[in-house]
Amino acid sequence: MYSLGDGAKNAKPRIFHIEGDPDHPVSRGSLCPKGAGLLDMIHSKNRLLYPEYRAPGSKEWVRISWDEATKRIARLLKDDRDKNFISHNEKGQLVNRWLTSGMLASSAASNETGVLDFKFARGLGMLGLDCQARLCHAPTVAALAPSFGRGAMTNHWVDIKNANVVIVMGGNPAEAHPVGFKWVIEAKIKNKAKVIVVDPRFNRTAAVADIFSPIRAGSDTAFLMGMVRYLLETDQIQHDYVRSYTNATMIVREDFAFHDGVFSGFDAATKSYDKSSWTYETGPDGNALRDMTMTHPRSVLQLLKQHVDRYTPEMVETITGVKKADFLQIAEIIGSCSAKTKTLTWLYALGWTHHTGGAQIIRGSAMIQLLLGNIGMAGGGVNALRGHSNIQGYTDLGLLSLRVPGYMNLPSDNQQTLQQYLDETTPKDVIPGQVNYWKNTPKFFISMLKNLYGKHATKENGFDFDLLPKWDRSYDMLAYFDLMYQGKVNGYIAQGFNPLAAMPDKNKTSLSLSKLKFLVIIDPLVTETSNFWRNEGRYNDVKTEDIQTEVFRLPSNCFAEENGAIVNSGRWLQWHFAGQEPPGDARHDPAILGGIMTELRRLYAEEGGACPEQLLHMTWDEDTYHDPSFPHPEEMAKEANGYATQDIYDDSGKLLYKEGQLLNSFADLRDDGSTQSFCWVFTGSWTEAGNQMANRDNTDTGLGNTPGWAYAWPANRRILYNRASMDIDGNSWDPHRQILHWNGEKWVGADVPDFPATIPPGKEAAPFIMLPEGVGRLFSAKGMNDGPFPEHYEPVESPIAKNPLHAKVTHNPTARIFQNDAERMGNRTEFPYVATTYSVTELFRHWTKHSHLNAMLQPEQFIEIGEKLAAAKGIGHGDTVKVTTKRGYITAKAVVTKRMRTLNVAGQEVDQIGIPCHWGFEGATRKGFLANTLSPGVGDANSQTPEFKAFLVNIEKTDEVAA
Amino acid sequence: MGNHNTKKKNQILRTKLPERLCHWMIVFCFFLAATSGLSWFFPTFSWLSSFLGTPQMARVLHPFFGIIVFLGLCYMFVKFVHYNMPAETDKIWFRNVKGVLLNDHSQPLKIGKYNAGQKVLFWLIMISISVLLISGLIMWRAYFAQYFPIPVLRLAILAHSIAGIGLILLILGHIYLAIWVRGSITGMVTGYVSKAWARQHHDRWAEELDAKESAERAALDRQGEKA
Amino acid sequence: MNSQNIIKRSATSEITPAPHVRDHQMEVAKLIDVSTCIGCKACQVACNEWNDLRGEVEENVGVYDNPRDLAPETWTLMRFTEHEEEETGKLEWLIRKDGCMHCEDPGCLKACPIPGAIVQYANGIVDFQSDLCVGCGYCVAGCPFDVPRISQKDNKAYKCTLCSDRVAVGQTPACAKTCPTGAISFGSKEEMKTLAATRISDLNERGYENAGLYDPEGVGGTHVMYVLQHADDPKRYAGLPKDPKISGVVEGWKDVLKPAAAVAGAVAVGAMAAHFISVGPNVTEEGEESPDDAA
Repeated sequence: MYSLGDGAKNAKPRIFHIEGDPDHPVSRGSLCPKGAGLLDMIHSKNRLLYPEYRAPGSKEWVRISWDEATKRIARLLKDDRDKNFISHNEKGQLVNRWLTSGMLASSAASNETGVLDFKFARGLGMLGLDCQARLCHAPTVAALAPSFGRGAMTNHWVDIKNANVVIVMGGNPAEAHPVGFKWVIEAKIKNKAKVIVVDPRFNRTAAVADIFSPIRAGSDTAFLMGMVRYLLETDQIQHDYVRSYTNATMIVREDFAFHDGVFSGFDAATKSYDKSSWTYETGPDGNALRDMTMTHPRSVLQLLKQHVDRYTPEMVETITGVKKADFLQIAEIIGSCSAKTKTLTWLYALGWTHHTGGAQIIRGSAMIQLLLGNIGMAGGGVNALRGHSNIQGYTDLGLLSLRVPGYMNLPSDNQQTLQQYLDETTPKDVIPGQVNYWKNTPKFFISMLKNLYGKHATKENGFDFDLLPKWDRSYDMLAYFDLMYQGKVNGYIAQGFNPLAAMPDKNKTSLSLSKLKFLVIIDPLVTETSNFWRNEGRYNDVKTEDIQTEVFRLPSNCFAEENGAIVNSGRWLQWHFAGQEPPGDARHDPAILGGIMTELRRLYAEEGGACPEQLLHMTWDEDTYHDPSFPHPEEMAKEANGYATQDIYDDSGKLLYKEGQLLNSFADLRDDGSTQSFCWVFTGSWTEAGNQMANRDNTDTGLGNTPGWAYAWPANRRILYNRASMDIDGNSWDPHRQILHWNGEKWVGADVPDFPATIPPGKEAAPFIMLPEGVGRLFSAKGMNDGPFPEHYEPVESPIAKNPLHAKVTHNPTARIFQNDAERMGNRTEFPYVATTYSVTELFRHWTKHSHLNAMLQPEQFIEIGEKLAAAKGIGHGDTVKVTTKRGYITAKAVVTKRMRTLNVAGQEVDQIGIPCHWGFEGATRKGFLANTLSPGVGDANSQTPEFKAFLVNIEKTDEVAA
Repeated sequence: MGNHNTKKKNQILRTKLPERLCHWMIVFCFFLAATSGLSWFFPTFSWLSSFLGTPQMARVLHPFFGIIVFLGLCYMFVKFVHYNMPAETDKIWFRNVKGVLLNDHSQPLKIGKYNAGQKVLFWLIMISISVLLISGLIMWRAYFAQYFPIPVLRLAILAHSIAGIGLILLILGHIYLAIWVRGSITGMVTGYVSKAWARQHHDRWAEELDAKESAERAALDRQGEKA
Repeated sequence: MNSQNIIKRSATSEITPAPHVRDHQMEVAKLIDVSTCIGCKACQVACNEWNDLRGEVEENVGVYDNPRDLAPETWTLMRFTEHEEEETGKLEWLIRKDGCMHCEDPGCLKACPIPGAIVQYANGIVDFQSDLCVGCGYCVAGCPFDVPRISQKDNKAYKCTLCSDRVAVGQTPACAKTCPTGAISFGSKEEMKTLAATRISDLNERGYENAGLYDPEGVGGTHVMYVLQHADDPKRYAGLPKDPKISGVVEGWKDVLKPAAAVAGAVAVGAMAAHFISVGPNVTEEGEESPDDAA
């Protein structure tokens, strides 16, 4: 960023040019079109400059002062909370929750703002808290955590260059992650890597791939299970790895079963499973039984063989439309990576998460990578590519309805005491000699409570465990907006979030918002949500005067105007510095939240009200922040790392930390209140040695690892599970990919070992230290809601009548569909075409349409349609078409293309239509519909992330003026 | 009175006032168009564009002067085309062109109002200006060029320069001949040439005028007799 | 900008060349590897951002190419072509970054009538000196690649400068710096050729037998080069000319007509002078007026 002035007092900095940082190990100075156009985003005409208010029924915004806005919002929040706060549930359990107001936190804000978001929402007892992760990578955590122990990208961007094969499925990194994609190209150029793309449409990634196969949207599980079958059938697996580092050897309980699309334990009434049979057989000593030959009929490997037996290449073709020859060609290449010296990296993003079976698709790739021995390897891994600048950080910080920071869960109604909670959530050892790092849960959780409630958190009061709101059910976005639709929600805060555009079924979202009493928008830019009440003709046909929602619009800063850290896909916490002040009267997010919170605390201190301790005990006072109404990012960054709350000594009595010193590692956290840390995975990011996130040493220590650049959680490890790059005796599977070696005392090398540094080679401790078994899971045990093995189920709106695998169980039996949403589903006769939504590279979601530089590149809504269907429908290049679902319609320009093919699925022709999702009735682009008018309100069975990628539409040419 | 009569008596009105005005307007505009055109064709002459201020202003004005020249020539065409139709007698001039150039007036060449060389000049000018106009419009950046494919544009530029150079050469010759043939410039300024001049250079035209005059005089006489 | 390294200058005689003693410069080149270009348009944005250009927000007309065409405010853009191999049915989405090729023998410079309005620096960059430009559009006709565009705003010609301002201070052009995949490289022409050779051999190995470098001889080579998967058929890439050269018409006008016209002009003037001197003025013989008087 280049800003006016040299920092001297008389110059007011203002950014006039932005280009990439050549020192950055990932970008090396490059920027994607969005990055290159940031100047126009920062200076967009649609930046909000002062607080505004829209009165009930009013057609206009009125400028108000910050003081007015802050006081009025605090009053509305307090009144609603006092009226509707639930201290005890029907059973008399202490729950301290507030359900009638909720909050959306922005995954584009810094970690430091995220800390305040969490404290703000939980300090008021809110459960209706979510961030963009809910709409994007929640299934990643749901799938990868039960598979490997952590829910994050296993490797990092630069590491992709070490791959021999890059397979892209359920993602389009060339388009969505162009800067990171350079490392795919690097692999291609320097490593002679083959790039394979399997996607419903021939996209920009396919344009530079070696092999492309089209696939029907929503059928990926079948492809992946077919691949597992192929690998097992042709015995192309990394045997030593599978035996030592996966649960292939473990014996599953006898009562586990799978028949006709349903696993054992299904309860049709609740549409959920009793998962008690989905676990290992244990011996008399309580340890899980293993068969190292993997021939036991109930060994995971044999059960897996049995499970995937149905997924023959023919069946794969029937379900997915992928030609058998294409499938086998790809399978052969994937199979070749079972060699110890060949790695395959798997790249995916929202093309997999946005499905009713999204988490299980991701599981499929995790299983393949375990079979190939590619986890923990340089150039391997399952790499979830993150979208929003800080979606990873907001996931780490637990800004999801039932989460707390550091991948721990909020306690439920039935967890009434701290001890009970810790007993139930801390995993027990299942195999002797394993690290089972989550057994430290009490240290992490109590340090978090100590951070949240400070001096009020004592051993005696369970560290104020009672003040955390307890949950009875999920309050994810889909669920919460359905409550809103039912009129059960009064207040809502949307910070850097545009739910009208981002949520599925825009018309329902609009009706839901209309039922709110008040809506608070905190955003740097004009969003459709903030103007949801305004009639924009066909694009937003609402009756303004009937909408009684009060709306506040508070202008906030954008990334370029704050100091703070954001976390990239590779889990790097990277500190950035402000280039200018927010424009006009806009304020920093911490000042906005701080202002409202300070006012609320004042009101509660003066007037009392429902459970005042919940927010008065929250560390948001003068002891915590130099100015509680505007905490500085550095303060939150440090508390996220954590401090010693008293002098700490090690076992030998040596002083480790003096009171108030920053901690170096989460290994030093204690469960007695002597340490506090908001987010244990971030511990080590800001130590007494300084801000590690701002480190700028880009030295390559080997294989593209740059541990001196920024700070990667956990403990600055760059490649997760890297102990798995070596056999149990410590020999690298591939000498050219040696990340670590044992120097006689500890593990050292290019990366920080993701393993206790001093456990020597040859011990039984296996590399997956976050799983109690220590090994990766082919069988996910109780980790998933809809089965320990992935199974193909049809999307809720499917173009074929029946699931070719089991006609009686066509859809995911555990998929949650609310009655209000079920009524809005369409059928295949009325809506015969499969639609899939996505982003194109020129724009970032609904944000960069405010940047002129980007608006020029993709000026208006279009859809992509294959030549065959277009010809049948009489649609030509650039014609305006109307795309309809049961939930509404949009108009768009038609891009008629060879890149969308008619597929043959289950004996019928299936046409797919691509719908990029970027435009709306605000922005520098041409006005148009919000494409999410079309998508359905149903989510992934494990994470309730909505299905944006496979639903049914109809399409017609229209004379209506396009967007 | 006498003086006037004398003049009238010895002089012939060769070019009427509107035609003279038109001619000199064309001279003015052509000068500016041609100099600016030359300034772009021969970079050595780039200073020639200074007649129109800056090179940029010259680029703006050049086409408009060109159009004025064209319109003026259209008027000329209407006025003079019938004098410039080929005639049998033109052959005599061609046969004696050497004599003409050598200032030898010994033979009557039966030249009408315009000699054959002038006729050729007339038609070449008309052809050139038409080519210049059409090609000029095609290559006129500000308004029309974007509607034409680049190969057409290239041909237009080539044609424009060929026609422009041709026209300039023709006009150079025209100017020289006007200077060489004494009385011509005065003729184009005042409109009148002497009878001797006419007889020397356009013998048939002079004769025709004489015949006409005689006829008129005879008619007048007859009228006088009647009166 | 340095004005002592101009090796070619429009409408300037070789007898009076531009200052160019500081010509001991490395020839630079931009190499665009079409086979690794993802068409993300970051280069378009970076170009617009660096050069302070803001074009119109146009319409979608059924293709990805936006803006639709090069313009005074759009100096580079992606051109997308879908090509289906007839025999194999293999689909290719060919994406070519279009813009000025910075020819060694620039047609625009040749055609330009204004002294110094187009120059070529010793490093090979062809640059428009827009304050001198008159907006005649001859460069448009001169360019074999259809690149220059005349602004309706100010009647000046515009095109990619290869970021001559950045290059002059040792920076890479904005497009090359921003290119996320590294499909655009920038360096000395020699090095770019070497790099291209490695890319071509990689493409050969991947089955692109006709992969090759596009550095057309007809214009003396270019300082913007392409690595093409199908160098035998550049037309496939949104009509990239197979064998571009300065049009014969332009050459005819500059190399034939101009000297011919000069000779013709000189001959004409000389002949007239000679004629006048030898024959003398053509004076009317007044004596012949007497019969008139008698009449």
